[in-house]
Amino acid sequence: MTSEFNAAAFYKHLKEGKKLMGVKCQDCGHLSPEPRPMCPVCHGFNMEWRQFSGRAKLSTFTCISIVSAAMAAKGYGRDNPCCAGIVTLEEGPRISARINGVDGRNPQDIKTGMDVVLDLEDVDEESPSLAFKPA
Amino acid sequence: MATINKKRQLGRPVSIVGAGLSQFGAFPEKDSRDLFVEAFQDMVQSMDKGFDIHDIECAYVGNYSSDLFEHQGHTAPIVADWLGITPIPITRIENACASSGSALREGVMAIASGMYDVVLVGGMEKMTNLPTDGVTDVLASAADGLYEVPSGLTFPGIFGAIAKAHMDRYETNLDHLLKVGIKNHQNGALNPKAQFQQTITEMMERRKARAQERGQEVPAWETDLDFLRDDRSNPWIAWPLRLYDCAPITDGASCVLLVSAEIADNFTDTPISVAGIGQATGKPLHDSEELTSLSAAKAASQQAYDMAGITVADIDLAEVHDCFTIAEIVASEDLGFFAPGEGPRAVDEGRTARDGDHPINTSGGLKAKGHPVGASGVGQVIEIYHQLRGEAGERQMKKANPSVGITHNVGGTGGTCVVNVLRRES
Repeated sequence: MTSEFNAAAFYKHLKEGKKLMGVKCQDCGHLSPEPRPMCPVCHGFNMEWRQFSGRAKLSTFTCISIVSAAMAAKGYGRDNPCCAGIVTLEEGPRISARINGVDGRNPQDIKTGMDVVLDLEDVDEESPSLAFKPA
Repeated sequence: MATINKKRQLGRPVSIVGAGLSQFGAFPEKDSRDLFVEAFQDMVQSMDKGFDIHDIECAYVGNYSSDLFEHQGHTAPIVADWLGITPIPITRIENACASSGSALREGVMAIASGMYDVVLVGGMEKMTNLPTDGVTDVLASAADGLYEVPSGLTFPGIFGAIAKAHMDRYETNLDHLLKVGIKNHQNGALNPKAQFQQTITEMMERRKARAQERGQEVPAWETDLDFLRDDRSNPWIAWPLRLYDCAPITDGASCVLLVSAEIADNFTDTPISVAGIGQATGKPLHDSEELTSLSAAKAASQQAYDMAGITVADIDLAEVHDCFTIAEIVASEDLGFFAPGEGPRAVDEGRTARDGDHPINTSGGLKAKGHPVGASGVGQVIEIYHQLRGEAGERQMKKANPSVGITHNVGGTGGTCVVNVLRRES
């Protein structure tokens, strides 16, 4: 699957390809999980697709009780807080993601530093989003 | 970062000679234009030597999202019309919650360039038309809509994640966060413009009294912390942040009059100079250098301090962007008042209180004064203006004759930060 380096392609890879596809700068090697047409480090325009393994560690998180309309539609809210956070991918970069498979009502039991993996079970057809779950 | 550390100078000095604030709160029948006129009236009525509205040559107004909050775009000309100052140029500046901080910067540069002598700058936001979930979504649109928001992160959620990272890395705990709110409510209780003119103790006692009147079981809270640790009185918004860790949803407006310093004495004998301005830009939290700091705040403050020729030791007080309690702690570290990780202890020791060695948010901060997002940056400047002129009334900081104050205004989750150094020259 070849496509332009943009969010539409990112979510298409996630939904249809079942993989986390970002980009690598062919000039300086900078990695970005968000597909972008220009390297923000060396400012070159020679990006290429790069698959990320989907293995990561949980760097920080929050359990959200007052949720966005999109998360309310998924059943999250005051009685079922939505856990979201930032994961550090095995390849180095960090990215924001929902954290599935944890109990948002008991944040003290969710451990930063734990191993997480890409969760493809929950890739919404309508509005796909990135999620990880405990490894 | 190659050029951001270059020392920069204004083309000529700029002074603030007037300041006005609307009441902050929820005003169902007022639109943002009405709030701006209210702030302007407050400014006109408080100017030391009077003021002719025809002196205004140019204006900038900060506003985050009248489009989504009021279904009204292109709001700047409407403000000019309501003030009766057409056809002078007026421009809306949008940098999320730093909109009026950036508007002030544009106004300062317009005068420093030599093009104008008298510029009006301000900000406004009318937020309470929408229910809380609507406001949550509008505020979240200040984060990255493609790679942060779809994950479920809200605005409080991103600051919750910063708080968790701070707790993991340092000895920060939930009580430290709550104590920031207690302190800011103590200050807000003394601010007649504040949305919440009550201490946490007063709020707690009111809740207990109400329960008693209604014949309900009276909660057993004895201290502010008891009240704030209770899930019923202080529910979770985005763990580890509770309701009282979050700035409220507010309607309000602010404005100041900027003039070339050489004509300042036409307006007042006590002008406040804009000694340093800094603005810097950051990335989404996941791409930031650290999860416990806003890089834009560090860069903007360094620029502003360098321009003003000051160090942290010269600063008498600060208004910082406490959109969430953790944001005040992080700000106190990013601005250099305390080493990274020392902010929470400083709160414990009362160092940021009105009588502490680094008073922060004597106005009550965004937490208690209120946070009409587009108005907040200039609102902060107004508090420093009054404190440096010794006219802050009951909430005047304890140290006598303060001469240097700073403001720290954050847009989004650190995408923008504006820092100003304000100085009393006389």
